[in-house]
Amino acid sequence: MPAQIASQSWLKRSLIAAVATGVVVMALSQPALSQEKVLRIAMTAADIPRTLGQPDQGFEGNRFTGIPMYDALTHWDLSKFDGPSVLIPGLALSWSADPKDRTKWTFRLRSGVKFHDGSDFNADAVVWNVQKVLDKSAPHFDASQVGVTASRMPTLRTARKIDNLTVELTSSEPDAFLPLNLTNLFMASPAHWAAKLQAVPASVTDPAERAKQAWAAFAADASGTGPFRMARFVPRERLELLPNKAYWDPKRTPKIDRVVMLPMPEANARTAALLSGQVDWIEAPAPDAMKQITQRGFTIYSNAQPHVWPWQLSFVEGSPWLDRRVRHAANLCVDREGLRTLLGGMMAIPKGTVPPGHPWWGDPKFDIRYDVAAAQKLMTEAGFSASKPMKAKVQISASGSGQMQPLPMNEYVQQSLKKCYIDIEFDVIEWNTLFTNWRVGAKDQTANGAHAINVSFAAMDPFFAMVRFTSTKTFPPVSNNWGYFGNAEFDKLIADARQTFDDKGRDAALARLHARIVEEAPFVWIAHDVGPRAMSKRIKNFVQPRSWFVDLAPITMD
Amino acid sequence: MVSFILQRILVTLPIMLGVALVCFGLVHLAPGDPLVSILPPDASAELQAQLMALYGFDRSYFEQFVSWVWRAIQGDLGTSIATNRPVADEVFKAVGNTLRLALVATIIGFLFGCLFGFVAGYFQNSWIDKLASFVSVLGVSVPHYWLGMVMVIIFSSILMWLPASGAGPGSSADWAWDFEHIKFLILPALTMSVIPMGIVSRTVRALVAETLAQEFIVGLKAKGMRDFGIFMHVVKNAAPTALAVMGLQLGYLLGGSILIETVFSWPGTGFLLNSAIFQRDLPLLQGTILVLAVFFVVLNLVVDVIQTLLDPRIARG
Repeated sequence: MPAQIASQSWLKRSLIAAVATGVVVMALSQPALSQEKVLRIAMTAADIPRTLGQPDQGFEGNRFTGIPMYDALTHWDLSKFDGPSVLIPGLALSWSADPKDRTKWTFRLRSGVKFHDGSDFNADAVVWNVQKVLDKSAPHFDASQVGVTASRMPTLRTARKIDNLTVELTSSEPDAFLPLNLTNLFMASPAHWAAKLQAVPASVTDPAERAKQAWAAFAADASGTGPFRMARFVPRERLELLPNKAYWDPKRTPKIDRVVMLPMPEANARTAALLSGQVDWIEAPAPDAMKQITQRGFTIYSNAQPHVWPWQLSFVEGSPWLDRRVRHAANLCVDREGLRTLLGGMMAIPKGTVPPGHPWWGDPKFDIRYDVAAAQKLMTEAGFSASKPMKAKVQISASGSGQMQPLPMNEYVQQSLKKCYIDIEFDVIEWNTLFTNWRVGAKDQTANGAHAINVSFAAMDPFFAMVRFTSTKTFPPVSNNWGYFGNAEFDKLIADARQTFDDKGRDAALARLHARIVEEAPFVWIAHDVGPRAMSKRIKNFVQPRSWFVDLAPITMD
Repeated sequence: MVSFILQRILVTLPIMLGVALVCFGLVHLAPGDPLVSILPPDASAELQAQLMALYGFDRSYFEQFVSWVWRAIQGDLGTSIATNRPVADEVFKAVGNTLRLALVATIIGFLFGCLFGFVAGYFQNSWIDKLASFVSVLGVSVPHYWLGMVMVIIFSSILMWLPASGAGPGSSADWAWDFEHIKFLILPALTMSVIPMGIVSRTVRALVAETLAQEFIVGLKAKGMRDFGIFMHVVKNAAPTALAVMGLQLGYLLGGSILIETVFSWPGTGFLLNSAIFQRDLPLLQGTILVLAVFFVVLNLVVDVIQTLLDPRIARG
């Protein structure tokens, strides 16, 4: 018996000791766990967007590896959710075009800015970053960065240092849109690249190959001036960023300790990762999981994005859309509220390419709304009826980046238009093919006789939002005026906007252009994407602006 | 045996060349622009032409093919258009990750497949046979990406026992065989094992039933051999075919499952292919398909050799 008591007592003491040790260990480890505030984001991309300064993967790349790690000369204002995202100074404090020669721009740079490697940002760095994509003779010229950069600033030609903090940029023609385009030119560190070049083995003698290897090394250990700096990069798996505590803008100095970005292309996988607590933030949750996500205590953010989901109409001879009454009727006959219900609320109802209140809105005389009676009246005037419907073919894809849910959405619109004597047939093709066809135009045999094409697009800057669809200079194969819409009036409106160099005047000219576009209706405007993303309630101070981009810097975490 | 192996290796060489030709041809036949990953559709035609020349896509297909094969023979699979990283590095890293997943899935599939197959074959037409057959038919029939999603919903979203995606708490580069890492492997490996399990099970069941019906089994029983001895005879007779089937299944699994690896964000060859297809990254697509095809050919060779070792009649034939 005494032995049993001793044994029980020993067991009891051991248990107490074990519990006490556990409590102490937990108490000690708890602060360590809670000390680091890590924000884990699941992206829709299948790979980490390129990290060397000019990201790929569309605007998701700019969102997650461009804006957090780098700065451009000009920035989008991402601090408001209730107004349009407008242009603000970035690494340039101010800019102006030479009144005598409008192809020359002077940019005055911010002083005291340093790259993550400690080197100075200055005019030499700007010249170097322009050369990396535009000067084939430069030792650091990188063909792989040209496409995503030069296409977004089509008129930029050269850069020249005036003094340490002043640089002159030259465009191929007078172009008031240049400062907007420059939001896409991110400043990478020349000194850091030079160090990477130096580290390339001497056995590699071909200068082009040395430069290529230096860029590959730079991508794995990048250096920009942005609010976050690269900490760890595992291709196709994860990117870890740490705060740049010496960031030049105190309002954007990060409050969180680490950001982890994970590529998860599958919507259900992202949703499961959020629900299981594996990540704190997912881009584009699975549409049918929205209810479950909110029921489990997560927050869904969305806001009208400059992401237009339209039918772009053909103006080629024989197209049924040549009659403006028919174009207006189609725009009046789409039940967009019903479509929004179909998408679980995840779309905004368009009134044009940009929404009312936007500086480029322009108050058009044609009001895009749902009015079947008005649409039927217009169709009757145009010579159509229920027994003699207008027939049109639309080229669409079954899926695709930025295409939202193309099949159910297009079928919904098809049903809507039936009420207004419009009989739609679809030509469903693969997404990459549709993309390629978009450039070659409605006259090409690849259009397969289609009278409209459904490709969604970003409307961040005037060229991409309006000019490329309405200028006679952008007919295929030059750019995306697929339907050959345009005339002297539109060319003049575009020229006015391009050559008005004060911001207010340029916006007013763009507003006139936008108003006329809506009135002439070269599109059936169907939906604007709202960029849904779901987050843990631990994430605070997040702002979802009316933009493709977000700012990670002001975010805090509980 | 040596001459048999040499003969088989010689046969694989024209197969490899054919594979290279087919994968180059298929990739170039597919519609779309080869620069789509680095050139937005709104880029000017002039810029597009400039980049086509810089990347060598303006050369004839014949020139491009010869140059690609020549570099591939020297171990250089080119550079990914989208990432500028060497294709060989990308592919071999992905192969390592898929190998880890495929081997675990193969072991699970083979063990359970053999178990269900033997049980069903031994107890033919009993309820045990029906149950085992039902499980194996289910394994072959259920879409594995659907099963993967269901398992993620149950074990990750609802029960929160296992992670939903990824290849470890850090990355696949930090892989270790401890529970913290293995728990990332459980759901994708189980999902991946379902099809080979079903196929092996059905094959083994048929083999066992067929072997048990043969006269030598009756003879062995008449000699008084115990059940275990008979079982060993059945195993020996079923093994070459079961191995051949499993070898083929391993080959398929090594190819990575685009769907499973995408559902679980497992950074293997399937995930890589998915990314290469959607980005239309031709060098990466060609390189990945070529490496996988070579793996498949080599694996078939290995299976042939093992089969021959187990059953010398094959070499004589």
